[in-house]
Amino acid sequence: MDIIISNSSNIPLYEQVKEQIKNKIVSNELKAGEILPSIRNLAKDLRISVITTKNAYEELEKEGYVETIPGKGTYVANKNTELIKEEQLQKIEGLIDTAVSIARISGISKKEIQEMLDILYEEE
Amino acid sequence: MENILEIKNLSKKYNEFELKNVNLKVPKGMIMGLIGENGAGKTTTIKAILNLINIDNGEINIFGLDIKKYEKKIKEDIGVVLDDSFFSEYLNPTDINKIMKKIYKNWDERLYFRYLEDFKLPKNKISKEYSSGMKMKLKIAVALSHNPKLLILDEPTSGLDPVARSEILDIFQDFIQNGENSIFVSSHITSDLEHIADYITFINNGKIALSKTRDELLEKYGIVKCSKSEFEKIDKNDYVKFKINRYEYDILVEDKVGFKRKYDFKIIDKPTLDDIMLIYIKGEK
Repeated sequence: MDIIISNSSNIPLYEQVKEQIKNKIVSNELKAGEILPSIRNLAKDLRISVITTKNAYEELEKEGYVETIPGKGTYVANKNTELIKEEQLQKIEGLIDTAVSIARISGISKKEIQEMLDILYEEE
Repeated sequence: MENILEIKNLSKKYNEFELKNVNLKVPKGMIMGLIGENGAGKTTTIKAILNLINIDNGEINIFGLDIKKYEKKIKEDIGVVLDDSFFSEYLNPTDINKIMKKIYKNWDERLYFRYLEDFKLPKNKISKEYSSGMKMKLKIAVALSHNPKLLILDEPTSGLDPVARSEILDIFQDFIQNGENSIFVSSHITSDLEHIADYITFINNGKIALSKTRDELLEKYGIVKCSKSEFEKIDKNDYVKFKINRYEYDILVEDKVGFKRKYDFKIIDKPTLDDIMLIYIKGEK
């Protein structure tokens, strides 16, 4: 499992850890029931503080991505696919919202934006 | 959470220097870094913890016991690395083993030789011929070999190159893997502590200026950079301290997100411990 930490980034370390694990869960690289490294082990491997990894795991648990069984460890939770989709849709909506307001300010038409979307989809 | 080390209202007055009402707690399984300028009181605090000086006031508990009453018992479970050299440089690690066996009831010879191997320290070479990094690693191996639950170190990384420093940080993180052991370490090389310390305590002029988790300090605090006229718009309650530079004002704020919401300034940097220390020491309010 790759987790890449940037020390110069403005994003807090615990959030970098959290987001990367979350992405791996969403993309199914980490599967439901899989055990995550222990807080202390991950802290050592990433050379970050125990509290930082603890914060990351706690947030993942709050959002329902992982489950901690006391004395055993932290596991990837059974995925609530609806919930994850909902969250991704919200994220997309936010980004489109920004795009639309930029388009409005600069007088770019809806059609031009739609064309752009089509091109982006075709590229993939 | 259970505290391994707790200092309550510690005071000690010397002619030129005074420790004033120092309070701090190190929870079990955690690393606390003590930072501050030279002469700020780091070593005096460590000496007080180890009962090496007579304190004027306050209480120091380790493993829940008062160090003044239970010094002998407590010290069986602490590993200590102080700044001044501790053995004759004409002894080799094998000689040191013979001495330590007599000092500590729970000295673990096998563990000691395993550390020597892990740290790549030659057993039969006198330590005079060691590099400074090797000398420090030897001190740490000695401090670890009676299975302590608390490691107290004064400036373990000063004067070492980045590779040796990084190896020592690895040793620290290994030591706390079991969740039971804790570390109290002073350093003025703050970058060493910036990542691996769970708690940071900043001592300034004999007083505790800040004592927080690493995440609170480095992810919540911010340094606002702005012009004089912008600075004048800021409410005094919204910053910790400020420092006037040639071309800008540097302002230390406790909650950069909240600050940004209220003032919408362009530049709010993530601080380093050095930034925080510098504005705190040189800045004004």
